[in-house]
Amino acid sequence: MSLNFDLPEEAVMIRDSVRDFAENVIRPKAKELDDQEKFSPEITKQMGELGLFGFCIPEELGGNGCKYLSYMVAVEELARVDGSQAATVAAHNSLGIGPIYFFGNDEQKQKYLPQLCTGEKLWGFGLTESEAGSDAGGTKTKAEKQNNDWIINGSKIFITNASSDACLGVTVQAITGSRADGKKEYTCFLVEQGTPGFEAKTMHEKMMWRASITSELFFENCRVPDANLLGKKGEGFHQMLDTLDRGRLSIAAMGLGCAQGAYELALKYAKERKQFGKPISTFQANAFKLADMATEIEAARYLLYRAAWLCDQGRNEYKKLSSMAKLYCSEVAHRCVDHAVQIHGGYGLMKEYDIERFYRDQRLLEIGEGTSEILRLVISRQIGCYEK
Amino acid sequence: MKILVCVKQVPDTETRIKIGSDKKSIDATDINWILNPYDEYAVEEAIQIKEKQGDTIVTVISVGPERSVSALRTAVAMGADEAILVKTDDDAYLDSLAVAKALVSVIKELEFDLILCGKQAVDDDNLQVGPMVAELLELPCVTFIADLKLENGKATAKREIEGGTMVIETSLPAVLTAEKGLNEPRYPALRGIMMAKRKPIDERQLQYIEPKIDVVSVEYPPTRKGGKIVGEGAEAVPELVKLLKEEAKVI
Ligand SMILES: Cc1cc2nc3c(=O)[nH]c(=O)nc-3n(C[C@H](O)[C@H](O)[C@H](O)COP(=O)(O)OP(=O)(O)OC[C@H]3O[C@@H](n4cnc5c(N)ncnc54)[C@H](O)[C@@H]3O)c2cc1C
Repeated sequence: MSLNFDLPEEAVMIRDSVRDFAENVIRPKAKELDDQEKFSPEITKQMGELGLFGFCIPEELGGNGCKYLSYMVAVEELARVDGSQAATVAAHNSLGIGPIYFFGNDEQKQKYLPQLCTGEKLWGFGLTESEAGSDAGGTKTKAEKQNNDWIINGSKIFITNASSDACLGVTVQAITGSRADGKKEYTCFLVEQGTPGFEAKTMHEKMMWRASITSELFFENCRVPDANLLGKKGEGFHQMLDTLDRGRLSIAAMGLGCAQGAYELALKYAKERKQFGKPISTFQANAFKLADMATEIEAARYLLYRAAWLCDQGRNEYKKLSSMAKLYCSEVAHRCVDHAVQIHGGYGLMKEYDIERFYRDQRLLEIGEGTSEILRLVISRQIGCYEK
Repeated sequence: MKILVCVKQVPDTETRIKIGSDKKSIDATDINWILNPYDEYAVEEAIQIKEKQGDTIVTVISVGPERSVSALRTAVAMGADEAILVKTDDDAYLDSLAVAKALVSVIKELEFDLILCGKQAVDDDNLQVGPMVAELLELPCVTFIADLKLENGKATAKREIEGGTMVIETSLPAVLTAEKGLNEPRYPALRGIMMAKRKPIDERQLQYIEPKIDVVSVEYPPTRKGGKIVGEGAEAVPELVKLLKEEAKVI
C-alpha cells in the first residue's frame, strides 16, 4: 500500500507560511494595487525574503531545493488571495529562472541565478509575438551571427516580468537559420536590460493581473555575445516546449487557488447575506452551486497534485497531466468565479468586493501559456486522436 | 547565551471546534494544528535576541502528543536551533501543573539564562504554565511582557497594565511570558522550512504525572437569542433601562 494523499510535511509548512503571508501582507494591499495598476517592489522583496523565488533551484545557487509539489501549493495559496502576486511568482520561477537553470551553462547560472532567486531582480521569457501567439512557429524575431556576436532583430509581446527597474533581463527565442529538414531553427538568448538596441516597455490598461508587469520587447540590431546563447544553437524549440510543460503546472496552480479563493468568498457571503428572512446559502439554487464548486475544486486539486508529484518523480507522463491540469484547473476557476459573482448578486459587480477582481483575474488562465483550445489540441494529440 | 522557549501546539484559531463524544474534550478530527500564537512571540523574541547579540542557542521545548512535532518544526523553521518533545499519549489529559512539571524535568538537565513562554495557550486559556515553571524552578517570573531589553545580566521588561505601562527589572535567569505586541513574528521562510526538515527532534517519553484537577465537562457557548425592540425614540428609554436592570441584569 503506497497510495497516500497526505501532503508531505515540507508542503504543509510552506502552505501555512505562505497562507499567513498572503492573508496578512498581500490581502490588505491587493485591491489598491489592482485599482492603480501598480506593481509592488515591496511585496516582491518580501516574497523574495520568504523564499518564493528559486523554489526548486539547489541551495548552492541561491534557491531552496523544494519539491515541485511544494511550489504548486505556494502558488495556489498566493492565487487564493491575489492573482497578480501569484503571477509574478509563477512566471519568475517557471519562465524566468527555469530555463536558465535547466539549459544554462555554469557561468550563466552563477551569474544570474543568485540574484534572481532572492527576487531582487526578475527575469522574463519572451516567446509570444504579435503574429506568433498560439502558433509559436510563426516567430519572426531573428538572430544573425557576426563574428563572435549575435545581432537580434524583432519584437515580443505580453511578456511577464520583463520591463521596469525590477527586471534584469529576458530569455528571447529567435530564428537562427534553418534545419536540415528545411524547418526553421530556433535558439534562445539571454539579453540583459540596458543592452543597446533592446527596449522593454511596460504594457498598460490590462483587464487582469493589474499589479503584475506585462511587457513589450523591441530588438533593433541588438548585439549580444555568443556567451549569452542558452544551451546549444538550435535547441530553442525544445527548450520552449519543456519550459511550457512545467510552466503550465504553475498556471494550473493559479487556477486552483483562484477557484478556492472565489469559493471561500462566495460561501462566506452566502451565509451572511439574508433575503426572504434567511441566509441565501440555504436556498438550494445557491447551495448546489457551492456544492459543485467544492467538488470541482477537490477534483482539480488532485489532478494538479498528481501531475506535480509525477514531475517530482522525474516521470515523463507528467507532461500529459500538466496540460490536463492547466486546462481543467483554469476552467474550474472560470465556473467558480462565475458562480461566485452570481451568488454576490449586484455586489459582485462592484470593485468594493474582492470577487470582482477574481472574476477578471481568472480570465487570463484560459489564455496564457496555451489557450484552452490549444491545450485540447495538445491533449487530443497525446491520447492518439489523430493517429491512423 | 542559552534561551529556552516553551511552546504548545493548539488548534488554528479559525477552526470550528467540535466537542468530543466524551463531552470533556474537543474532537481532534479535522483540526488544523498550529504553534500557539503567543508562543510565536516568545520564539520570535528569542530569535531576535540571538540575531542581535550572536553566540546564542535557542531551544524550544514542548509537552504534547506526537503531532506536536510540527509546532516544534515551525519554531525551528523560524530560527530556533534545537527542539525537544516530551511525548504524551494521544488522549492523555494533563493539567497545567503536570505540564509545568514535565517541562521542568527536562529544563533541569539544561543550561539556560532565560526562559520564554507565551502568556497563555489559546486552547485551554489557563495562563498557568509559565508562572508554574518559574515557581518549580524558584525563578523570578514576569508575565505579559510587551517589550524586553537585556543588559548586564539583567532583563528589563515592560508590561501593559490597565491605563498605563509598568517597567520591571529582574535578574537572570528568569521566566518571562510574552504578550501580543512584543514583536512581529516572522513567517517561516522556505530556507528555514527546508532546514527544519533535516533537524532531528529530541523526543522523550513523558513519565506519567497524575493530574490534580479534572475536566468535568465542556460545553458550547449558549446560542445568542434574538434581540427585542422595546420601542422607538426617547419614550422607549425608561422601558429599556427597566429591562436592562430587571431582565438582563446588566446595569
Ligand atoms: C497577461 C499576459 C501575460 C503573458 N505572459 C507571457 C510570457 O511571459 N511569455 C510569453 O511568451 N507569452 C506570454 N503571454 C502570451 C500568451 O501566451 C498568448 O497570449 C497565448 O499563447 C495566446 O496567443 P494569442 O494571444 O496570440 O492568441 P491567438 O493565438 O491569436 O488565438 C486567438 C484565439 O484563437 C484560438 N486558436 C488559435 N489557434 C487555434 C487552433 N489551431 N485551433 C483552435 N483554436 C485556435 C485561440 O485558442 C484563441 O481563442 C502572456 C499573455 C498575457 C495576456
